[in-house]
Amino acid sequence: MSKVTIATVWLDGCSGCHMSFLDQDERLIDLAPLIELVYSPLVDNKEFPEMVDVTLVEGAVSSDEDLHKIRKIRARTKILVSLGDCAVTANVPSMRNSFKVADILKRAYEENADLNAGTMPSGQVPTLLKHARPVHEIVNVDIFVPGCPPHADTINYVLTELLAGRKPDMTGRTRFGI
Amino acid sequence: MTTQTSIRVKTLVIDGRDVSAREDQTVLQVAREHNIFIPSLCYLEGLHPVGACRLCMIEVKGIPKLQPACVTRIKEGMEVVTRSERIDKYRKMVVELLFAERNHICAVCVSNGRCDLQNMAKALDIDHVGVPYQYPRLNVDATHVRFMADHNRCILCTRCVRVCDEIEGAHTWDIMARGRDSRVITDLNQPWGESESCTSCGKCVHVCPTGALFEKGKSVAEMVKRRQFLPYLTTMRESW
Repeated sequence: MSKVTIATVWLDGCSGCHMSFLDQDERLIDLAPLIELVYSPLVDNKEFPEMVDVTLVEGAVSSDEDLHKIRKIRARTKILVSLGDCAVTANVPSMRNSFKVADILKRAYEENADLNAGTMPSGQVPTLLKHARPVHEIVNVDIFVPGCPPHADTINYVLTELLAGRKPDMTGRTRFGI
Repeated sequence: MTTQTSIRVKTLVIDGRDVSAREDQTVLQVAREHNIFIPSLCYLEGLHPVGACRLCMIEVKGIPKLQPACVTRIKEGMEVVTRSERIDKYRKMVVELLFAERNHICAVCVSNGRCDLQNMAKALDIDHVGVPYQYPRLNVDATHVRFMADHNRCILCTRCVRVCDEIEGAHTWDIMARGRDSRVITDLNQPWGESESCTSCGKCVHVCPTGALFEKGKSVAEMVKRRQFLPYLTTMRESW
């Protein structure tokens, strides 16, 4: 039996959902023979594969790079999972949304800068979008796993259900925040 | 000679169950007495019901429109349905609209884990918000010496307005403007710390269902709301 291909992506988030993924601990050893981790901050592949069975997305869509990535990932993924509150609700990254992007950059690179104050980033870092937005406002999402972060047990449940060919029933399993 | 009470008992059907109750009770009160779950956010025992949140909407046989259970008095022979596909759809919609209307960031909220709105989303199996978030620019009022008001987290349930008026008797809180621009205000939209009518009793803080009103110095998930005082005060006053 060929292995199920899995990707994990880190957009505008704190990597806490990836930490929670790793918190599956010894259960990762049970998963290992069944899955192939083809793209992730945890592996070295630089290019998203042509087609992946399951992609877990952590983080909100906040920059032009995130936007480009998520569209490409959606086109190349069979089952897209919004993992954690940043992907599901835009969460903490969305706290900037009631301010103008120019004001946020000014705050970070001018008012609060000790070195090279007032020098705005250009080219080296992705351009911020007007708003940090939940993944499902940009592309279709198949499964939502809220939580900041979702518990390792919840992530393990989602993965084992998907590997068994079932759609996970999220009833009562997690909530916004936690 | 004993005084005859004029309150009568009526019988009705809720979700196929025959129940009887006093005629001055509402459908919500009777349902709760019989452990039938009807969700609500603005309702709080001890305060007058206002039917603001629309979560307790029910179907009553013979009436085409949904009715708010918290302000619907029981009637003899009434047939009530508390769960249906139609009701579930509207309840989810109400909660999603509440999340989208303000900036509710559960993960960094003082009431994380103890919030009525957060718990309601879980109870209704809401795993994402299907309507676009509004991201309004709202203020945090930190002028009061002991309490804070974060309008980003307010759902306009008016519990604070009612407890201040009906129980404390100060009527410091009220609502200004209309629709999505509505805000809870203190006095004539003055900073809370400058309010002359506020007695700093803190009742509003403790009846608030979310982290909109909270005690200063509380960090994420630290705000515990104590509401035991409310039925106690109401009962004591009735017995006088």
